[in-house]
Amino acid sequence: MSTQTGINEHRIKILLAKPGLDGHDQGAKIVARAMMDAGFEVIYTGLRQTPETVARMSLEEDVDVIALSSMAGSHLPFCRKLKPLLEENGLTDKLWLIGGNLPAQDHQALRELGFAGIFPTGSKLDAITDYIRGHVRTT
Amino acid sequence: MNAPIKPEIKTVINESGLEVKPLYTAEDVENSGGYKLVGLPGEYPFTRGIHRLMYRKQPWTMRQYAGFGNPRETNQRFKYLIANGQTGLNVAFDLPTQIGLDSDDPLAEGEIGRVGMSIDTLRDFEVAFDGIDLNKITVSLTINGAAAILIAMYLAMAEKRGYDVKQLRGTAQNDILKEFIGRGTWIFPVEPSVRLVGDTIEYCAEHAPKYSPVSVCGYHIRESGATPAQEIAYAFSIAKAYADEVIKRGLHVDEFAGRLSYNFNIFGNIFEQVCKFRAGRSLWAKIMKEEYAAEKPGSMWLRMIAGGGGGGLTFEQPEMNIVRGAYYALISALSGAQTMALCSYDEAYTIPTEYSARISLRTMQILADEMGLAETVDPLAGSFYVETMTNQMRDKMVEIMAETDAQGGIVKLVSEGIVQAKVSAQAYKMQRDIESGEFPKVGVNRYRNEQDEEHPVEYHPYNEDDARRQVDNLDKVRAERDAKAVSSCLAQVLTDAQAGVNVMPAIVAAVKAYASVGEITQQLVKAYGRYREPIRF
Repeated sequence: MSTQTGINEHRIKILLAKPGLDGHDQGAKIVARAMMDAGFEVIYTGLRQTPETVARMSLEEDVDVIALSSMAGSHLPFCRKLKPLLEENGLTDKLWLIGGNLPAQDHQALRELGFAGIFPTGSKLDAITDYIRGHVRTT
Repeated sequence: MNAPIKPEIKTVINESGLEVKPLYTAEDVENSGGYKLVGLPGEYPFTRGIHRLMYRKQPWTMRQYAGFGNPRETNQRFKYLIANGQTGLNVAFDLPTQIGLDSDDPLAEGEIGRVGMSIDTLRDFEVAFDGIDLNKITVSLTINGAAAILIAMYLAMAEKRGYDVKQLRGTAQNDILKEFIGRGTWIFPVEPSVRLVGDTIEYCAEHAPKYSPVSVCGYHIRESGATPAQEIAYAFSIAKAYADEVIKRGLHVDEFAGRLSYNFNIFGNIFEQVCKFRAGRSLWAKIMKEEYAAEKPGSMWLRMIAGGGGGGLTFEQPEMNIVRGAYYALISALSGAQTMALCSYDEAYTIPTEYSARISLRTMQILADEMGLAETVDPLAGSFYVETMTNQMRDKMVEIMAETDAQGGIVKLVSEGIVQAKVSAQAYKMQRDIESGEFPKVGVNRYRNEQDEEHPVEYHPYNEDDARRQVDNLDKVRAERDAKAVSSCLAQVLTDAQAGVNVMPAIVAAVKAYASVGEITQQLVKAYGRYREPIRF
């Protein structure tokens, strides 16, 4: 058995953030565990992140994936503020994901804001990790 | 002799980790400890209920969680619920209020009035409860991080309206330790947060002796991934931490324990939940009597709201949640809860509509009025299964509490994020078990609809204008109030917080001067600092 991870094999690195004031982190923590089990490196931010901190941490940690978990309904105003900050910081080549309590009627708006992967309540954990593997652009 | 059970049947283990047998007999009851703790309702150890006649005398209080937008809108929803026969109010606050931010704080933008009512100053409380008789309707405030301030506001509002605060009933959630485990509306670090809870208990014991300043919540710990046995065990460990904080200050247990109440969850296996509550009632009585030397029966009572059930409801086929809710309400009624509330069928999607909230209310009313649940006390008592499982659940809770103490106590385990990591690992396993079909969920991992349906859920609209109006109202209050009085009151809050004396008198004075939730919180942050969340997996 080879234990060597080739130099071309990059371990996918994810920032998993809890945006805004929402305190429901059960789902985010479950997803974090699923991502770790899938072999990804996960930086879980904890609660109450501002758009500024999400952008700054994404840049500083040089992540491949920026994932948000939102349960309390403020996903659209948050993402509207986050998008320009991610753009300013040159993070448009990263994979942007969002999961949580996201009404179907908001999905188009989230997609237009650059959130390609949308995982509303009821999504399977493997669907999230498979999607990341299939869509991430690692350098 | 029992007929031999076919050896090939699958072993069933309930969520709490106890084996469930296909048949129970008198022998099982004996082997689990017998009937000695069963007793009679209204008598120690209260396994069968804290009152002798229970619902025959008075059915459970029906108290749906409600609140959104500005205080005026919430006031209308309250009046709607009362007009429909609801007997208590359970107030939801928006997130800025819950974590001590004013509506004009930049961090509050987009969150004002979204998941509950927005409160900045006493003026908002005056509007929210306008026209509601506080002697007839008991009000429960779902507030934790900012609880000291909101309790002060509620008492000040009642006093202003001419009620005798000494006679005023009501409840605040005010259980900060569980906020660190689940729900997340903490503000200050763990230790000053516990002291602040102690301040509210001590203050109410003297000034508002009929008010329940704390409702210890197993509920959210269960939602975060705890088993039913852990739900009760952790809640009791937390309640003991608060009791110890107050006793340290020289109060006798009988001066405050009678006003402690509990908030528990009701989803899951019917029998496991009913036994959980029967076991919990006798265990709490025993703890209060034997460990704390309580003498008043009221100090030994496990007074509880048993309700919600959110963790058991599903996003898939949401109408089926109406059926689940009815069974959950049955659990609560069979368990002798003092108060009941139900999550509505659309809550995985949105804030309930008036229609869905009414379905929840009617579910409880049907049980009480049509189905005979209010006629006989503790109707499952004496069942071989129920008595055995009650004994076993009690033993399990004792074991978990002992383990918690052996590891350094609940305050330490919460501060270090150890309980959080444990329940979150369990939640992950449960999610995997649901996705694999190992843990059955109808409509989710079996009996799914052939094709996705349009779900009949009406989204609660978010009104930006209401948020703006709330900020305007705050500006208006700031312009009208006596600025000098406010700053001197706020200075006093800081002085008292830094000196480590009870901050409640200073907070009460500040809210009466129309100081805002955010302004008072700022003072406390200066003295206590802010909590930093331990990230542990």
